[in-house]
Amino acid sequence: MSGPNTDYDPVEVTPLKAAEVEAVRDAALVAIEAAGSLDELRQVRLDHAGDRSPLALANREIGALPPQARKEAGQRVGQARGAVAKALAARQVVLEEEHEARILVDEAVDVTLPWDRIPTGARHPVTMLSERIADVFVAMGWEVAEGPLVEAEWLNFDALNLGPDHPARTMQDTFWMEPVENAIVLRTHTSPVQARTMLTREPPIYIVCPGRVFRTDEYDATHSPVFHQVEGLVVDEGITMAHLKGSLDHFATSMFGEGITTRFRPSYFPFTEPSAEVDLACFVCRGVDSEHCRTCKGEGWIEWGGCGVVNPRVLVACGVDPDRYTGFAFGMGIDRTLMFRHGVADLRDVFEGDVRFTAAFGTEI
Amino acid sequence: MRAPVSWIREYVDLPEEVSSEKLAARLTALGLKLEALEQAGGDITGPLVLGRVLSFDDEPQKNGKTIRWCQVDVGDANGTGDPQGIVCGASNFAVDDLVVVVLPGGVLPGGFEISARKTYGHVSSGMICSARELGLGEDHDGIMVLSADAGAPGDDAFDALHLRDEVIELEINPDRAYALSLRGIARDAALGFGVPFTDPAARELPEPNGSGHPVEVEAPDGCPVFVTRTVTGFDAAAPTPDWIARRVQQAGMRPISLAVDVTNYVMLELGQPIHGYDGDKLSGPIRVRRATEGERLTTLDGVTRTLSAEDVLITDDTGPIGLAGVMGGQTTELSSTSSHIVIEAAHFDPVSIFRTQRRHKLPSEASKRFERGVDPTLPEAAADRVADLLVAHGGGTVSDGVTKVGSAPAARSVRMPLDLPARVTGMDISAETTVAHLRAVGGEVEVEGEHLTAVVPPWRPDIADPFDLVEEVARVVGYDDIPSVLPTAPAGKGLTNEQRLRRRVGRTLAGAGFVEVISFPFVGVGAFDALGLDEHDDRRTAMRIANALSAEQPFMTTTLLPGLLDTAARNAGRGQIDVALFETAAVTLPRGTTPAPILPVDRRPTEGEWDDLQKALPEQPLHLAVVLAGERERSGWWGAGRRAGWGDAIQAVREVASALGVEITVRSSSRAPWHPGRCAEVLVGDVLLGHAGELHPRVCKAFGLPERSAAAEVDLDVLMRHATPVVAPSLSSFPVAKEDVALVVAADLPAVAVADALREGAGELLESVRLFDVYTGAQIGEGKKSLAFALRFRAPDRTLTEEEITAAREAAVAAAVRRHDAVQRT
Repeated sequence: MSGPNTDYDPVEVTPLKAAEVEAVRDAALVAIEAAGSLDELRQVRLDHAGDRSPLALANREIGALPPQARKEAGQRVGQARGAVAKALAARQVVLEEEHEARILVDEAVDVTLPWDRIPTGARHPVTMLSERIADVFVAMGWEVAEGPLVEAEWLNFDALNLGPDHPARTMQDTFWMEPVENAIVLRTHTSPVQARTMLTREPPIYIVCPGRVFRTDEYDATHSPVFHQVEGLVVDEGITMAHLKGSLDHFATSMFGEGITTRFRPSYFPFTEPSAEVDLACFVCRGVDSEHCRTCKGEGWIEWGGCGVVNPRVLVACGVDPDRYTGFAFGMGIDRTLMFRHGVADLRDVFEGDVRFTAAFGTEI
Repeated sequence: MRAPVSWIREYVDLPEEVSSEKLAARLTALGLKLEALEQAGGDITGPLVLGRVLSFDDEPQKNGKTIRWCQVDVGDANGTGDPQGIVCGASNFAVDDLVVVVLPGGVLPGGFEISARKTYGHVSSGMICSARELGLGEDHDGIMVLSADAGAPGDDAFDALHLRDEVIELEINPDRAYALSLRGIARDAALGFGVPFTDPAARELPEPNGSGHPVEVEAPDGCPVFVTRTVTGFDAAAPTPDWIARRVQQAGMRPISLAVDVTNYVMLELGQPIHGYDGDKLSGPIRVRRATEGERLTTLDGVTRTLSAEDVLITDDTGPIGLAGVMGGQTTELSSTSSHIVIEAAHFDPVSIFRTQRRHKLPSEASKRFERGVDPTLPEAAADRVADLLVAHGGGTVSDGVTKVGSAPAARSVRMPLDLPARVTGMDISAETTVAHLRAVGGEVEVEGEHLTAVVPPWRPDIADPFDLVEEVARVVGYDDIPSVLPTAPAGKGLTNEQRLRRRVGRTLAGAGFVEVISFPFVGVGAFDALGLDEHDDRRTAMRIANALSAEQPFMTTTLLPGLLDTAARNAGRGQIDVALFETAAVTLPRGTTPAPILPVDRRPTEGEWDDLQKALPEQPLHLAVVLAGERERSGWWGAGRRAGWGDAIQAVREVASALGVEITVRSSSRAPWHPGRCAEVLVGDVLLGHAGELHPRVCKAFGLPERSAAAEVDLDVLMRHATPVVAPSLSSFPVAKEDVALVVAADLPAVAVADALREGAGELLESVRLFDVYTGAQIGEGKKSLAFALRFRAPDRTLTEEEITAAREAAVAAAVRRHDAVQRT
């Protein structure tokens, strides 16, 4: 760096002459405009705005001027440098845009190429439907109860008012574990979970029990020895069939949409009295032009499950005071619900584990 | 139960405007569910008339058949009154016989259109019909020949044949045994429409006098009532009247002979099963007793049955002649020559019949009714009705003797608070309505203060409790009137921890590319063999199902692998080679062989009883299993994929454990069905969770899986039990120092042991250690391998100095050197 110059007339300092500054500035602006690439611009920047550029060198001389001359020279050089910097920045933007546009074009790929390097997983629709059903009831404050698949005969039958000679026992073709006299079965319904719940906690009871059950049915498009049920049980003071209807209507609406409710028909189950079959209003045709409806097959209603008021005999066997409490229970097939809700034509698809079937349902149902 | 509508109407004064559809809907609303509404001949259209055969010529044909060229009088039905020329292939008729003719333009079942057509050298203008062609039965031995009084030529045959008679098929629940009869169905129809009911069982009856066929009942508990009547001089060859045959057939039974048809008819009419004996084949009195164990009886179906001491048996001096209430015996069976008929109308104990029927696998129309409960006051009326019908249509005389042993039990009463129906149903049901409806159902009702006492009608053995009366009231009021009210549950706690964790496991694995499957839990020895389990393997100890569907799979599985491997193989067979599957399900592990007690039902079990019951059940831990076959990462235009292997199976377990916040350790192991050198056992602390790794090549082959398929199975219950909530890490924002070290160790030393040593030696400044390379080769030397680890050091409160970093790295290496004779590569 130069020291203060005291030897010569500052007005005579060549680099700071107005004409000289303008010439240098103009040369820079021309060079900037002429730069055709970011690399060229980088060189132009070094040449015309770098530490060794004429304007930078001229700027250094300002300090050597007598104070009275500094202001004017400083303004002159400063304006020139500002113009150059501005032009550089502008040119930089233009060239970057040009560069990016070109690179993006050069880097174009065939976006239709597959990228399925890692296969997608899926959860089983029965699992997901069970969870979805559970969530409807959990949202009402109910809890989810579960129990073993291999169950005591007493819990599967006797405690539920299905005595050893009850004709209804033949309605449920039961798998018996050996030796048969040990009185152990594969549960034929999830109702033993209801009995277990009543036996192990005090009312009020509001539970839903989804789970796997077994019957000695031959395996075909609509029957399976293994299938899934969801049952609900409420035991509380003042419970009526109206509460049963309200709960099932809410369940139906939650699963199948506004306006879809249920219909009751008298029926028979040993564990409930009075008992009813539950029909679901067809959520596809909604009863309009149902003769062409493939879901309800012209009925306008879909058979959904069974329900009723818990038989006081069941309450007694399960240690609940039948004079103080009443209850209701209901049950429906999860696989069956899956079939009509999602158009599954063959029940075997549910159990054969073909990944094409399960993958179609993804991770939420 | 199939009920012809015209038969129902015989006992109920139903208004004309009540259609069969309406009737069926009302019965359904009352609990007798409509299964089908059928109309015989409903699909026949066009001219179907009676015709009289005037003449015919038998004309042999070249094809060996003989046809009849008939002239048939069809009255004015053909528009001309001239005889109709019709070719007929049957020969079971004679001149003057009344037959059924479909004229050109008619359509028979199956869309079979009739037109005048040239055949066998004649123009055949119509067809003479067989029962099968009209959809009236299977009889195709010849055409239908009607009785002479069935009508006149030209009459509409629909009426004569009772075509378009409607039959309602109802599903009868076990509690409504009364509806297994026209009497019961009509009673509910009357109830449903509030119209009078005429009881077909209400008859003038002769007093029992003990002089009918003698009866001795030695087992009154099994047979409370036994009535016999006798018909003699009966013409066994007399035909069954059309109306009886038709109704029996419409109700779904096959007409056989007059005597049999009449007993069936009365059973359908009243619900009382009847048995008829050939009186000439009976020797001595009828005795009702329990069988002796091992006694034998050949039933009507020709099967010789070995009896149990619990079976109620009908005997005479020759020994057993019938299985009471279930099926008669061969020796006293009615035949085509029986002219002496002894009629049995009895009441049997439902439980006894149920057991006998089940024991001998012999469900019959009779046992179906007895086991559900027949009106015990019926036998006299039913026997009388049978005797009347036999004599009316088969001649002979009804003997004066009426034997009746025993009597119907006294009627029961049920007491109920008057407001119970309203309280239970939530419907607005007044006391008056309750009383009126219960009376309409059929019982006497007395009101006393806030309670009523209802006498249970004898045909309703199902009514025993107040709640049974509630159902009777509710079904008459109508379930459609039940309001919809959402109950208010107390605030719930949501899902249990375990339920939430299970969902997390499923989502974790689905997120990792696994597809969930549900397998049947049945397994056989073949699967254990295919897994290569040795004979002492505890997984071979499985619970056997007594009545398994498949003899090959009689056990409840102890491992999820057979089902999962089969499913993978099934997918491979369908072209999906590359699969990653998982299943979570309980397995069944037997413990002990104590029976599960059958506890009383009139009280809560005691704690001891409850414990005994729990202990009798097998353990049923929830397992998680995965299987991977083919490529884990696919090959594609990007290059080669990656075959699934042992590491993927172990990693699946690691990911699940990590999702649950469980720290697991993995160590080398050897267990079927895994490859002995590529099997890991997974532990939480000292507790074994399960195993993972590559499947043994023989196992892959046995299950038809691609080579080097991998699998894992762990006890998910144990894993979930160790789940911990996440504690947020404290993050240091000071710079990280990355140091790589390569250590040469013995080739068989587990990498995790070296990592552990490094971790321990490095101290608190170590943030993580990660193995990034394994190298073996000549440079390293025989029996050695080089493991390269990336160590990251960071302090929570400062930037580490070079000295600190070096010291920490050297301490880490020193620990590995000390513990495992590791040599640092430089």
